[in-house]
Formats: sequence, structure tokens, C-alpha cells
Amino acid sequence: MTDETGGRGNLAPLSLHVPEPKFRPGDAVDYADFDRGEAGLMPRPDIAAAPATMRDLSYGLIRVLDDEGRATGAWDPRLTPDKLTAMLRHMALTRAYDERMYRAQRQGKTSFYMKCTGEEATCIAAAHAMDREDMVFPSYRQQGVLIARDWPLVDMMCQVYSNAGDRLKGRQMPIMYSSRAAAFFSISGNLATQYPQAVGYAMASAAKGDNKIASAWCGEGSTAEGDFHSALTFASVYRAPVILNVVNNQWAISSFSGFAGAEATTFAARAVGYGIAGLRVDGNDALAVYAATEWAADRARGNHGPTLIEHFTYRAEGHSTSDDPTKYRSAEEQGTWPLGDPIVRLKQHLIALGAWDDERHAAMDREVAEEVRAAGKEAEKQGILGDGMHQPFSTMFEDVFEEMPWHLKEQSQQMFDERKAAGI
Amino acid sequence: MSGADEQGDVGTARPLNMIQALNEAMDICMARDPDIVVMGEDVGYFGGVFKATEGLQRKYGKTRVFDTPITECGIMGVAVGMAAYGLRPVPEIQFADYIYPALDQIVSEAARIRYRSAGEFIAPITVRSPFGGGIFGGQTHSQSPEGIFTHVAGLKTVVPSTPYDAKGLLIAAIEDNDPVIFFEPKRIYNGPFDGHYGRPVTPWAKHPAAMVPEGYYRISLGQAKVVRGGGDVTILCYGTMVHVVSAVVEDMKIDAEVIDLRTLVPLDIQAITASVQKTGRCVVVHEATRTSGFGAELSALVQERCFHALEAPVERVTGWDTPYPHSLEWAYFPGPVRIGEALKRVMKD
Repeated sequence: MTDETGGRGNLAPLSLHVPEPKFRPGDAVDYADFDRGEAGLMPRPDIAAAPATMRDLSYGLIRVLDDEGRATGAWDPRLTPDKLTAMLRHMALTRAYDERMYRAQRQGKTSFYMKCTGEEATCIAAAHAMDREDMVFPSYRQQGVLIARDWPLVDMMCQVYSNAGDRLKGRQMPIMYSSRAAAFFSISGNLATQYPQAVGYAMASAAKGDNKIASAWCGEGSTAEGDFHSALTFASVYRAPVILNVVNNQWAISSFSGFAGAEATTFAARAVGYGIAGLRVDGNDALAVYAATEWAADRARGNHGPTLIEHFTYRAEGHSTSDDPTKYRSAEEQGTWPLGDPIVRLKQHLIALGAWDDERHAAMDREVAEEVRAAGKEAEKQGILGDGMHQPFSTMFEDVFEEMPWHLKEQSQQMFDERKAAGI
Repeated sequence: MSGADEQGDVGTARPLNMIQALNEAMDICMARDPDIVVMGEDVGYFGGVFKATEGLQRKYGKTRVFDTPITECGIMGVAVGMAAYGLRPVPEIQFADYIYPALDQIVSEAARIRYRSAGEFIAPITVRSPFGGGIFGGQTHSQSPEGIFTHVAGLKTVVPSTPYDAKGLLIAAIEDNDPVIFFEPKRIYNGPFDGHYGRPVTPWAKHPAAMVPEGYYRISLGQAKVVRGGGDVTILCYGTMVHVVSAVVEDMKIDAEVIDLRTLVPLDIQAITASVQKTGRCVVVHEATRTSGFGAELSALVQERCFHALEAPVERVTGWDTPYPHSLEWAYFPGPVRIGEALKRVMKD
């Protein structure tokens, strides 16, 4: 209804809301407003519970470890000390591996690397809670799954170095691993594409009457991709036996999670609208991650359908070796993040149990450092990217198709002829 | 390419239209291989908006033939995941005009999985999709986007033009271990179309290529077919245009060699060069828009390989570089007039 002046008179003009993170470089960081909830308070529904009855789990935060490192509440997975130390060791090994490969990139041994520092619990505890045969469709920050599945570091390093030992023949950028033997799907650079693929894998398993399940991984930033929506729709429609993990580390390169919708709701709450189970867990609490994954895996295997798990964590370091986070966020964030460090928290828990101490932890750190160092030497024997091309040139044309068609044979020959003519 | 071409002794031949031939191909493949699944919008209970999947769900059950949500990127993404498990999905995209939301999954994923995983994971997926114009389909029911797919390393692109070829090529595509984009010219689902839109449609029953054997046979991908031998000019075409071109050649009484490419990638380059070396002239005909269309690739290949044999520039008769119009369809469509003029130009000297 317009008035005589041709406008709506007393209405203020529209304004566009553009999200802005709380802290920018140089800002003092204050997490006083952050509600992390108490450990042990969230209820643990039956694995067959209807999604509509567990809405609160999508908005709260499932936490098992309290500030003293004690496990508490219905979600305590009651793991043996052996299992806990195995997870701790895999987390420490992943961090040591990341440190070394990051340095290797800085030393010019390879072109690129991405750490998962601070997020080790999300993938390692989850991998421990799944069967080794369950296919994982990772993003590029789940190297911990390979490590939790005891995949050889040398093989991973050879991929990062694109050297003679690289099973992927130097075709992929570093960290885009693939290992069918470890049920670890080939990583793509295109974000969120793995999400509907995991659902399809799970649907196939169900259609064939198998008992394997699948899990998908993406960051909170990638939830904005259309594939995320497709995957949740398919997962819901066909009740696919899949675990859909969102690692909410709060940063998609320089964009804070507000640009993926975090100001309005949680990522676990996306599940509510699709009618699937949603759990929001403390991603730096290995026991909470384990318990949520175990619950979701049991639910999937019991034909009760998919689960979306948001792992709330913090990307402690830069996005990649090509990124400088001091340009867009406060350096204070990492040290003050209220959910702490996943390795420190699990260590504290084991010590509280009387199953661990500082000496054993220090010895473990020395062991994993030595393991990474030895693997590094072994991998570097097979070459580093900095030394040039390690794969026979002809391999570039292989595996485009099952059999090489004439035009690729011609192009391969042309490449050899041109190099020969140019004297190289 | 594996397998022999056009195996004989496969039962009684009887006339089918292209829809029936495609349906029979899927039926035969599904009976032979329990890992084949058919999926897409309306393909299950209803049997597809063009009826290509009719009866399959009843016969093979809902876990092998099922309806999907309306999300092309989801259909393709799920198909890639199913292939990773070990199935052989045959997804349908209802119209080629709606394949674009699935492009990321096709281009970045299905086409690259074998390469990027060095063969650990493969995508033996056949994407069926009705394409092409001539049906007053307007902008989003008429497009011919094959050039987008022929440009992608790792994809095979197939376009049949007869019921016989449709069945044999679809069986070969489904059995192929690489992703295949299988475009079905919907204008000729029910009968060959010669471009004379004012005349009544001829049903397939009266066409020799509608005689389809009952049993299993395959037509290897990558093999063109000489539809009509001739010595004066080579015409390269596929899909609906095979029939339009053939009619023009008959009407004009030109001694043209008409080649139905059938597979665009991998292309039967030998059939093309052998013909152009013989005739010295070449016309490329497709419905798709001209600039950067597949005809540009064909023209370049002919120029590179037959340069000294050519007696005239290679002509392209294609859709205009505009979106596909509704009411002006017959000014857009590369019909008999436009093909005739091109033939006159190329035969002039």
C-alpha cells in the first residue's frame, strides 16, 4: 500500500546483512559468550529413534570429556585404555606427519600441503568407530583416516612428492590420496562432490543386501554447495546407510562460518529439515566423536537410516601452505578456543584414568617423530617433486579410458616426437 | 573398444521403434548382469516420460529400477558412488537440456575417476538422455549439448540414429567400463524424420533399420557407418540429421557418401579420412549451435588429414548460434534447404 508520497512513509530503507566474524587481525579474542554446554548432559537416544524426537541433539553439543579429563554421561563410549592409547597415538602420528610434510613443502620438496592440526579427533576417532571396510569419502583434510587405518606413511608421502613410488603416477596434487585397499575414496579437488557419492555407495550396499556402510566428509564451508543438498535429500529418501560428517572448523579459507549460514543455525540442524538424525558433537573430544560415530554406524547398519554429524572444532592453522591466516583472523583465536586441543584432552583423560603419564606421552611423541622421519627418508629415496618429473611420460595418457583410443596414442607419440626434435 | 561388432544369429528380427529398441537393450543387459541399475526422474513405476524404461521396474524390482528426486547433480553423484561400490548405473537425465546441474559430477568426477585414482576406482556409467530438436521443444527441450561432452577427456559420447543401432550401441555403452554419454535423438524415437516438417511422420516400421533382432548383440563404440556410398562429397552427420541428409541427397540426386558417426568420442577417424580422401569434399551437419560445436572438431580433423585432397572448403551446416527458438524452429533447424544450399556451394567447382 503506497501513500500519497509514493513510498511506505515510515518504513526504514532495506539494508543488506553481510556477516562479519567477531575477531579480525589484531583484535583481542573473548569467548565469554561461547556456550559449549556441560559435558555429559546430552541424552543418548536409541539408535532407532525417529529423527523428529532428537531435534535438541542438533542444536546442543555432545561432550563426554569434562575439564578434568573425566568421561561422563550417556555418550561415554567406555573404551579400553588400549583403544584410547591407539587413538591418541594415531592423532599424534597425524600431527607429526603434518608437521613434516608442511616443512617439506616449505623446503621446496613439493608444491602444496594441507594440515589438519586441531582436527585430528574428528577423523581418527570416527575411523576407530567404523569398520575398516566401511568406505570413507573424504575431503582433503581427513588424512587421519588413512593413518587410523594404519596405511603406510611412505605411500602417503610418495603421493605428496609425486615421486616414482606414487601410485597415482604424479597425476594428482599433493594430499589428494586414493586407497581402495584402505576403503578411502579418491579425493577430488571439487568440493562436496563426494557427498552424494557416499550416499550412492551406501545405497548400492543396501540394494545388494550387503552390510557395509559409507561415510562422507566435508567442511562447513562446503555445506553451501548444491551437492550437500542433493546428498541429504537422497540419503533421506532412500534411508541410505551413510554417516554424513560436517567438520565445522569455522573457517573456509578466509571466510568464517557465517558465510555458510552459521549465524542463523547449526550445521547439524540441517538434518532436521531433511528428516534425518542430526548430532552436534565437540570435535575436539575424541570420546564424543567416537560415540557419535558409533551410534550413527549402528543406526545405519540397523537399517534405521542416515545420520548427519557436525564436528564442532577449530582450524588451528592456515587453510593450506598457500594461505596466511594472520591476514583475516585474530592470532589469539587458536590459543583461547574453548574446546582446547584434541590431543591434550585425550592425554589428560588417559592420565586421569591412571593409564598414561607424561613420560609415556613424551616417549610416544619421540616414537611417532622417528616413525615419520624414517618414512620420510624412505619416501625421499624415491624422489621429490622438486627434482622434476618421476613418472614415465607415456603414463600421462594412460587411464583416461580403459583402453587408449587412437587420438591419445597419436598425442603421446607427438609429445615424444616434439621433445626429441627439440633435443630434450 | 572391446568386443566384436554386430554379432549375428541373435534371434528373429522384427520392427521396433527406437524407444522399444532402447528398452530391449536395457532389459537384456539387466537380465545378464545383476549389477546394472536404472535410475532417474519418473523412470520407475511410470516407465519414463518417453516410456524408454517401461516394464523394467516390474520385472527387476525397485532396488534395480527406481525413481529419483529431481536433482540431476544428485542423480549423477549417486551414480558415481554406486559405481565405486561396483554397480553399473544407467541414469537417465530427462532432457539433455537439464544435464547442466550434473556437469560437475560428470566432468569433474565420472570422467576423471579412473585417471586420478590410477584405475583404483572406475565409473562404468551410461548416462541416457533425450536430445535434439524438431519437436517445437523451444529453448529447454531441444538442445544438442554434445560438444560440451566431447570436449571432456575421459568421456565417450554416442548418438544413435536407428532402432537397430540404438539397441546395439546402448548394450555396448552399458558394458563399457568408461562413462558414456548416450544422447537419444527424441525427434526420431517413433520414426525417421527427413526434415520435411509439413509431411506426415513415417513410422519406423517401414524402415529397414527398424528390424531389430530379439537377442543380444552389440555395436562397438567408435565405429561409424557408411549409410550411403558415394564419390562426389562426404557428409558427416549423426542422430536425426542422418535422415535429413539422406533425404536431401536422394532428392538432389547427388553422389554423396553419407557417414553416420554413431560415436563422437572415440571417433572413427579412418572412416572419415578414407571417405574424404576419395571424394575431396566434405560437409558436416549437426543440429547443435555452430561456434565450438563438434563440427568444428570434425572440420579441423578433415583439414589436418585430408588437406591435399580437398577441392573445396569444408562446409558446416549447423544450428545458428542462438538459443533454440520455439516459433522459428524451421528457420533454425538445419533442414533440407540449408543442407541443399551447402551442398551446392561445396560442389560448385
